[in-house]
Amino acid sequence: MTGRPAPGRVLVAGGRVVDPSQGIDEAADLLLEGGEVARLAERIDPEGLGDDVEVVDAAGLVVCPGLVDIHVHLREPGQEYKETVETGTRAAAAGGFTAVACMPNTVPPIDHRAVVESIVAEAERWGYARVHPVGAVSKGMAGESLAEIGEMVRAGAVAVSDDGLPVAHAELMRRALLYARHFGIPVTQHAEDLQITGDGVMHEGEWSTRLGLPGIAGVSEDVVVARDLILAAETGGRYHVAHLSTARSLELVREAKRRGVRVTCEVTPHHLVMTDKAVADTGFSTDTKMKPPLRSEADRAALVAGLADGTVDAIASDHAPHHRDEKDVEFSLAPFGILGLETTLSLCLDRLVHAGAISLSRLVELLSTGPSRAYGLAGGTLAPGSPADVTLFDPDREVTVDRTAFESRSRNTPFHGWTLRGAPVRTILAGRVVEP
Amino acid sequence: MTDELTPRRTILDRRQIERIVRRMAGEIVERNRGIERLLLVGIRTRGVPLAERLRAEIERMEDHQVPLGVLDITLYRDDLSTIAPQPVVKGTSFPVDIDGWTIVLCDDVLYTGRTVRAALDHLVDWGRPKAVQLAVLVDRGHRELPIQADVVGETVPTRRDEVVEVRFESTDGEELVAIMERPAGRAAAGGSVRSAAGGGGEGGPA
Amino acid sequence: MTAAERPWTRKDLLGIAELEPWEIEKVLDTAAAFEEVAHRPIKKVPTLRGKTVVNLFFESSTRTRSSFEIAEKRLSADSLNFSTSSSSLSKGESLVDTALNLQAMAPDLIVIRHAYPGAPHMLARRLAAGVINAGDGAHEHPTQALLDAFTIRQRKGRLAGLRVAIVGDIEHSRVVRSNVHLLTKMGAEVTVAGLRTMMPVAMEALGVRVVHDLDEALDGADVVMMLRIQLERQSRMLFPSIKEYFRLFGLSAERLARAAEDVLVMHPGPMNRGVEIASDVADGPFSVILEQVANGVAVRMAVLYLLSSIHGEAPA
Repeated sequence: MTGRPAPGRVLVAGGRVVDPSQGIDEAADLLLEGGEVARLAERIDPEGLGDDVEVVDAAGLVVCPGLVDIHVHLREPGQEYKETVETGTRAAAAGGFTAVACMPNTVPPIDHRAVVESIVAEAERWGYARVHPVGAVSKGMAGESLAEIGEMVRAGAVAVSDDGLPVAHAELMRRALLYARHFGIPVTQHAEDLQITGDGVMHEGEWSTRLGLPGIAGVSEDVVVARDLILAAETGGRYHVAHLSTARSLELVREAKRRGVRVTCEVTPHHLVMTDKAVADTGFSTDTKMKPPLRSEADRAALVAGLADGTVDAIASDHAPHHRDEKDVEFSLAPFGILGLETTLSLCLDRLVHAGAISLSRLVELLSTGPSRAYGLAGGTLAPGSPADVTLFDPDREVTVDRTAFESRSRNTPFHGWTLRGAPVRTILAGRVVEP
Repeated sequence: MTDELTPRRTILDRRQIERIVRRMAGEIVERNRGIERLLLVGIRTRGVPLAERLRAEIERMEDHQVPLGVLDITLYRDDLSTIAPQPVVKGTSFPVDIDGWTIVLCDDVLYTGRTVRAALDHLVDWGRPKAVQLAVLVDRGHRELPIQADVVGETVPTRRDEVVEVRFESTDGEELVAIMERPAGRAAAGGSVRSAAGGGGEGGPA
Repeated sequence: MTAAERPWTRKDLLGIAELEPWEIEKVLDTAAAFEEVAHRPIKKVPTLRGKTVVNLFFESSTRTRSSFEIAEKRLSADSLNFSTSSSSLSKGESLVDTALNLQAMAPDLIVIRHAYPGAPHMLARRLAAGVINAGDGAHEHPTQALLDAFTIRQRKGRLAGLRVAIVGDIEHSRVVRSNVHLLTKMGAEVTVAGLRTMMPVAMEALGVRVVHDLDEALDGADVVMMLRIQLERQSRMLFPSIKEYFRLFGLSAERLARAAEDVLVMHPGPMNRGVEIASDVADGPFSVILEQVANGVAVRMAVLYLLSSIHGEAPA
C-alpha cells in the first residue's frame, strides 16, 4: 500500500494453516516479509529471526490465504449514505476479507478509467482491504454500446458486468465476450430476464402464492444462463455467473463445464442457508428481499451439493447496503438487497462446515482460491512469493450476530440475532496486520 | 375458580331449594295478580335454571305456560376495560316483543347489584317493559348500588371474603347452595360483575 | 375447555393462516351472540364505549369500511376514518410515519386496508394497538372469510365435509386465500377454478383441488363462491373479452344446476353482473349474498370485541 513505511516481518505462529492451492492443512508457522509470503514451516523459531519481527499468536486459529469477496456493492461514488469505500472495506476486514471486487452500479457507474482509479486510490488510502473494481460492460450501464473496457482494465478493473441489471441484448453479450478476450478478463452476468420478472418481488412458488406477492420465476434466470452459455461456447470467452440461485442454472453450468466451456459461477451465503419460506416466517421482513430472490428448498439443496462437487467456484456475498429508511417500507416497495461481508464467514462455517456439507478446506477454497482464480487475482494462495494477505479465524468461537455493532454503514441483514459457531479474528493485508 | 375455594357449609339442599322455589313462584303470581303479559327472564348463567324452575311451578299452579327469555349481560358490564381476556358472549333472546310486558328478572344470587344494573340497561335497549321486577334465590347483602329484590328465596348474611355457590342440576349436575371460602389473603373481587360463563355459581359479586 | 371458554389471546387479526380451528370457532360463536343487536330497536351495546378505533383505508372500499364503521358504532366505540380518497392520509408520507403519528393518538384498535401484502404486519409490530387486516393486497382478508364461514354455518349447520367451489381470478384474490385457509382448517373440501392465466403456481400446496373448468368445479358443490373479475385485467393479456370469460366461467342458472340441490351461491361483492355471475343467479333463490353483508357486521363486531381486551405493549 502506498504512502506507508514498508512492512517488516510478521510471524504467524501456532496456527492450523489451510491452503487449498497447495493442498496444505496442517499445524505450521507462516513468515511474512516485505509484503510477501516468505516461508511456511512446521516450526519457525522467532529467536532466530532477530528483533524486528511482529509475532501474531494463532493458537487455536485457522490461518489461510486472505479471503476474497468478489461480489460487493460499495456504493461509492454517489450513494455514500448507504456505504463508502472506507466503511465497506472496514466491514470486509471485520468479516475476515482481505480483498473485495466491487460492482459498477454506482452513481456515476464505473464505466470509465477515472472512476476505477479513484476507487482503487481510496481503498489504498484507508488500507483495510484491497478493492478490485468490476467495470461496466456497457456505457452508462445502458446496455447498448461497449464501455472502454481496455482502459478500465489498465486502471485496475478485473472483470466487467452490468450487475444490478442483466446484459439483456444477446448481441451485446456476444460482443462483450469476444472483446473481453483481449484483456483476459471474464464477463460477469446478473442473469435475469426482466420481462419474466415483471413486477415480481420474491421467488415464484408455493410461498409467493400463499403470501399473495407477485413472483420472480426461476426461469427468469435459467433462460439467460442457457443463452449465455451458448454464446460463451461460441466465442471462447470467459463467462462468470453472478449469484447463481436455481438448480436448473447450476445444472446448465455443470454440463457446460463438462463440455469445456470457460464458465465459472458464484453462489451467495443467503441462497445456501435460507429459502423463500423466510419471507413468511419473518412476517414480510424486507431483509429477506433481494435479487435473485431466496428460492425453494430444492434449489437450496442443489446449490449446497454444487459446492461439494466443484460446480460452484466461489461463495460471494452480494453485499448490498441500503439505508434503514429505504428498507423500512412495505415489502413490495423496498429496494432489493442485503448485507453480507460481516456474516459470510460465520454463516458458512456454522451452516456448511459444522453442518457437514463441505470440509473446512473446501470452504477456504470457495472463499479465497476459487474467487481469485475466477477473476485472475494474485491472491488465494500462501505459496512463497505471493502477496502477504492472510486471514485468521476461529472455527469454533460462538458469536451472536449483532447488526448494531457492524462496521458497515447500513443494517439490512436477516441474520441479526443468529448464533453461529465460527468467527473471523484478524486479517493481514500486504504484510500488515489490519486494525479495523 | 371453584377449585380455589374450600366449602365451609351447605346452607340449602335439594329439598329446601324446591320448597323455596315453590314459595317464590306463588309470591310472583300473587304480586302480579295473575300471569297476564308476564315474562320470566333468566340472567345467564344460573339465573336461567332458576327462571325455568319458577316457570314450571307457575305452570303447575295456573295451568298455563309463562314465556321465558334469556339475558346475557356481558356486553353491558361496567368492568370490561379492566378485565382481560373478554368474557364469553352467549347472547340474549326474548320470545316476545317486551314493550308493555311485566318482566321478572331471575338470578341466583344478589350481591353488589351491578349485574342487575347491567341487565336493566340491556332491557332498556330492547324496548319499554311495563314493569321490571327482580326475583333472586339468595340475597347475600353488600349492595353497592340502590337495587333491591322483589322476591327473595333466602337472605344469607355473608362476609366479603366468602363466596356463595349455587349449583343447579342442569348446569352443575347437583342442587345446593353453599358458602365457600377463599384461601387466606385473597379478598373477593369487589364490585366486579360475575362472568356469565364462570365456573361456580358465583365467580364474583352479583 | 370448549372453544367458547378458551380465552382469546391475540392482539391482532392479520390473517387466517395462523389461526387454529378453535379460534375460528370462537369468532363465529361470538358473532352469533352479536347478531341480535341488529334486530332490536336500539341497535347498540355499550361494550366498547370510550374505545377509539381508527379505520385506515389506503385503498378505497365503501363496502368493507362501512361494515366496520357500523360494527364499531353498534359497539359504542369512537370511530375515526382516514382514507386516501378523502386525502386525510397524506400522499408521500411513509407507512412508518403514518403509524408513528397514529400511535400518538393512542387508538385502541386499527382497521387497515392496503394495496401491499404485509402492511398490516408492519403496523402490528410497531403499535400497541390491535391491528385488524381489512385486506392487504392479494394476501388475506380475514374478516371476509369469517363472515363467509358464518353464513355457511348458519345455513348448513356446519363447515366440515362440505364441498366448496371458489371460482374466478384466483391469482389476485385475497378472499380466496383467506377462505381456503379457513375452510380447509375446518374440514371442508375446497376446489378452486379459474383461467390458467389467473391461477397462481403451486396452488395445490394450500390443500385444494385445482381445476380449469367451471362444470367440474360446480359438480355436486354445496357452496359456490364467485369472485369479482377486475375488468382492468382484460388489458393485461389475461383474458380477451367479457363475452369469452362469461362463456367459460360465468355462473348462469343452467350451469348452477350441476351443483347440489340446496347449494348456496356467495359473492364477496361488489358484483359484476353478467361477467362472473348472471343477474338471475345473483338475485335468485340460492343466493345468500345479502346475508353475507348483514353477517359482516356481526362478525366484525365479534372481532372488535375479542381483540379489544388484549392490550399490547408499545414495542421499544
